[in-house]
Amino acid sequence: MSVTALPGARASGLRIGLRAVLIGAVLVLAAMPVLNQLPQDHALHVSDFLVSVTGKWICYAILALSLDLAWGYAGILSLGHGAFFALGGYAMGMHLMRLIGPRGVYGHPVLPDFMVFLGYQELPWYWLGFDSFAFAMLMVLLVPGLVAFVLGWLCFRSRITGVYLSIITQAMTYALMLAFFRNDMGFGGNNGFTDFKELLGMPLSTTAARAALFYASLVALVGCYLLCRWITGTKYGRVLTAIRDAESRVRFLGYGVTRHKLFAFVLSAMMAGLAGALYVPQVGIINPSEFSPGNSIEAVVWVAVGGRGTLVGAVLGAFSVNGLKTWLTSTAPDLWLFVLGGLFVLVTLLLPRGLIGLVQGRGQGGPK
Amino acid sequence: MKGRRLYLDGVSVVFDGFRALNNLALIVEPGELRAVIGPNGAGKTTMMDVITGKTRPTEGVVSFGDADLTRLDEAAIANLGIGRKFQKPTVFDALTVFENLELALKAPRGPLPCLRWALTGEAKSRIGATLREIGLEERAQDPAAILSHGQRQWLEIGMLLMQDPDLLLVDEPVAGMTDAETEHTARLLAGIAGRRSVVVVEHDLDFVRALNCRVTVLAEGSLLSEGSIDHVQKDERVIEVYLGR
Amino acid sequence: MKRILLLLLLLALALPARAQDAMIEALPGLGGGFGAQATAVERLGALGDPRALPVLRALADGRLLRGADGGLLIREGDQLLDAATGAAVPRPEAEPARININNRVRVALRGALGRLQIVSPDPAERLAAAEGVFRMRSAENLPLLEAALTREAVPRIRERLELALGASRLASEDLEAKRAGIAALGASASPEARAVLLEARAANAALLPEIEAAVAAIDRRLQLRQAAETLFQGLSLGSVLLLAALGLAVTFGVMGVINMAHGEFVMLGAYTTVVVQDLTRDIPWLAPWSLPLAVPAAFLVTALIGAAMERGLIRHLYGRPLETLLLTFGVGMMIQQAVRLTFGAQNREVISPAWMQGTLMLPGDIAVTQNRLWILAFSLVVLALVVAAIRFTRFGLEMRAVTQRRAIASSMGIRTGRVDALTFAFGSGIAGIAGVALSQIDNVSPNLGTGYIIDSFLVVVFGGVGSLAGTLIGAFSLGIINKVLEPWAGAVLAKVFVLVAVMIFIQRRPRGLFPQKGRAAEA
Repeated sequence: MSVTALPGARASGLRIGLRAVLIGAVLVLAAMPVLNQLPQDHALHVSDFLVSVTGKWICYAILALSLDLAWGYAGILSLGHGAFFALGGYAMGMHLMRLIGPRGVYGHPVLPDFMVFLGYQELPWYWLGFDSFAFAMLMVLLVPGLVAFVLGWLCFRSRITGVYLSIITQAMTYALMLAFFRNDMGFGGNNGFTDFKELLGMPLSTTAARAALFYASLVALVGCYLLCRWITGTKYGRVLTAIRDAESRVRFLGYGVTRHKLFAFVLSAMMAGLAGALYVPQVGIINPSEFSPGNSIEAVVWVAVGGRGTLVGAVLGAFSVNGLKTWLTSTAPDLWLFVLGGLFVLVTLLLPRGLIGLVQGRGQGGPK
Repeated sequence: MKGRRLYLDGVSVVFDGFRALNNLALIVEPGELRAVIGPNGAGKTTMMDVITGKTRPTEGVVSFGDADLTRLDEAAIANLGIGRKFQKPTVFDALTVFENLELALKAPRGPLPCLRWALTGEAKSRIGATLREIGLEERAQDPAAILSHGQRQWLEIGMLLMQDPDLLLVDEPVAGMTDAETEHTARLLAGIAGRRSVVVVEHDLDFVRALNCRVTVLAEGSLLSEGSIDHVQKDERVIEVYLGR
Repeated sequence: MKRILLLLLLLALALPARAQDAMIEALPGLGGGFGAQATAVERLGALGDPRALPVLRALADGRLLRGADGGLLIREGDQLLDAATGAAVPRPEAEPARININNRVRVALRGALGRLQIVSPDPAERLAAAEGVFRMRSAENLPLLEAALTREAVPRIRERLELALGASRLASEDLEAKRAGIAALGASASPEARAVLLEARAANAALLPEIEAAVAAIDRRLQLRQAAETLFQGLSLGSVLLLAALGLAVTFGVMGVINMAHGEFVMLGAYTTVVVQDLTRDIPWLAPWSLPLAVPAAFLVTALIGAAMERGLIRHLYGRPLETLLLTFGVGMMIQQAVRLTFGAQNREVISPAWMQGTLMLPGDIAVTQNRLWILAFSLVVLALVVAAIRFTRFGLEMRAVTQRRAIASSMGIRTGRVDALTFAFGSGIAGIAGVALSQIDNVSPNLGTGYIIDSFLVVVFGGVGSLAGTLIGAFSLGIINKVLEPWAGAVLAKVFVLVAVMIFIQRRPRGLFPQKGRAAEA
């Protein structure tokens, strides 16, 4: 959107350049698992660590995209996207737990280890169906979507906006975290799910499985990016922008603002859920700390740093902030939180349009 | 023109004991141009709020044709064919002038129709016509953020035209305008009237005189006087309210 | 009627006299043979006369002597006391002989002493003895208990004695006495009495209706006590919420600035308490006052940081609440990390002053912890001060003027920037004060504040933004609702329910319990 808002000639030049950069970036990412196969001493060898960490960042980038759709375009500053991410992750985790089958420590044919340990006699009803990949994938989208629908419907209908909405989404995240910490929820309490064995018949520990997950994430990222690009390019995207900038004016034009925001919010939550579902098999664990409000707000910083209201910005922000985090937490772990806090201050005071804003210069039409 | 009339009767709005509107009655016939004047706090803006669904009346009847406006929300009322121009022009800064008009263009308003929306030749020519009407043809691809105050007012009026309303509520359209801009605005409004009902709230009595229409005077939330501009200017009570304060 | 009362009174007065007589009568037996001794010991034990206690103790310790005249003497250090009167007597010429006892007497002594503690001068001993007698549930103790009741003045011990009497009567053979016992037990709010009654059902089929009624009466009172305790816990939680939310009610409610570092200000207040405590530890006359001293110290520290934050950062973002939210969140993150690096990530210990420790027993056995009670009172005092500051001071007037009509206030010569900074500092300072109080009941760690921001925000929104009365009512109602739900739902789910309930409440009344009045609130 904000690219189209640039004066004509410069915009099209930028757009072509941008497209080339994006395709290049995707190709570089796609090459990583291949280069990982090269001998260790080869100049182009990519380490296992870098591949796995990049796989995680790709999932974060999807999360950032989803948040950008809600915040950057529709003006819904959600402090609960980490929760949608975690819900998708849990749905995937449930599928992975079911696939462990009798290979658990207790060797129970059906029940996951933690249920045996907690004395469950049979699978709770809400675990039924998760042995099917298709069902689990459906839930990956539906569960976050449903939560977002209920929350969004309640909030948007009564015109809760701005910081009120942000705090309510954070409260929801907090409540979900507390709930998932409980053992009797049937989601493994504070240990969550881990010790996954396989997915779609592939043992998760193999290089091939890792590469497959990496590519699945990359495809999902590209798909989500294209989807968001399409959406924001339609009249619907412009309605969202209009809602972001002057909600009540849109109402007086006859648009049902509640429906429009709800649509964007639910779609965004589903994308976040998908990101979580791709993330969990790659890191091999999901536990309630994934719901912690800090995670959600960190995602907000990715988008803010990259440049909200621009899709490329969100992706760029996710990669750059997480790159910085990975580097700092290994070299100067004490410093990381200062830097993260400093990033909040920096982008709000000095860089309201993020890194993309630096590239685009003083163009018009950034979000207020 | 579908011949629906705006009908307000016994309308009161109470904010915590303060009566912003008090037993107000107003009828605007189809195709009528009506000016509403009154001192500050007379309830002009509250009246607009009640008609457009922003404020719910404490009591009273508000209807447009057969539709009971007290039961509908802003979007539904807008879709009934009631357009509103705010005192402070609100256009969408991040969008171009063209896109602003495109959003206002009468078309299905749901998320899915918006996603499937494709700009047809007819829509394009309608937007083009409006662009000409409001004199912003040259600025079509500029973001609304860089328009001047007067241009923003016209863009907003243009957006109202795109909505193709049967009833237009216009709140102080010439506030803060230069004389030339005021003149242009008066011409625009005159062009709109006749095709649809228009209610103009204004302070500028010269402007109201130029509109040459029936005038309603509000004071303290009630109807004070109604008639031609000459008639109300001779009305003792009107003089008292305007001068005796 | 009056006459009966008079009669009863006379009877009551006569009782101790008779008991004393009986004691003097029984006393000489102690000097007799082992058989006579045992009988006398049992008689004295059952009489419940406190003067028998030192005598029997002396006998047990081998300090009871028989004088030449056959009178009994007690050796107390190098003094001799008359056993019957307790008065010191001159040392007689003939050395008094020590009275020996055998095993049988020793056993009797143990029982008698145990019962006689019920009239001991030490209230703790009396209470313990009453409990013991209650557990014995024997009709033999009736005279003892009756005697003890006539002289007992401490209400708590009287209560236990009545229970013991009731239980003992229930164990007797006499139907009327049983009835009286059931009535006495049923008048209590004691789970033990309830257990005794339930147990007695099997043996007393004839009295079943009375017993059931008594149990039901106890249940009612237990429920009432439970409710009272829940109420107190709710009020206590409410006071914590009130303290945490008050600062936010000023910065967010009055100024409209969302400060996500609010919880960190609370945490800084708690750490200020730790520092003040460390500084005063070695100054004996100051150490007990470290907590009261920490209150102004915490206010100053957090107010200064708040003022710096407002002037340096927040003021650039007025009118952009979402950016303010992110900015203050970042600042909070840095404050938290700075504290973690300075003080360590572990919990720091804060010592409660003696006057804040312990538990207070309210009538009806309602247990109330002292520190919670203090915090409850403290929260109301802080609220009163805040209200007073806003209502009655020049600063409060300017603050209200600036927040309501900034341009007009400015044109009247109020330096709005200064007022903004002061208001924000004021709100931050209150958060610091809250931290001092919370250090008494919460773990003082760098993430102390994390949990409070959401709760505080809910309280402010629930009560109605901009209304201190709303904040007060909001805090206490959320606290009580939370504690009422807890027994059914567990602490975590109760919190979740409250969250959801507040969200639904905001649906119905988007502007809270006490919405701001007038058209200004419409905008």
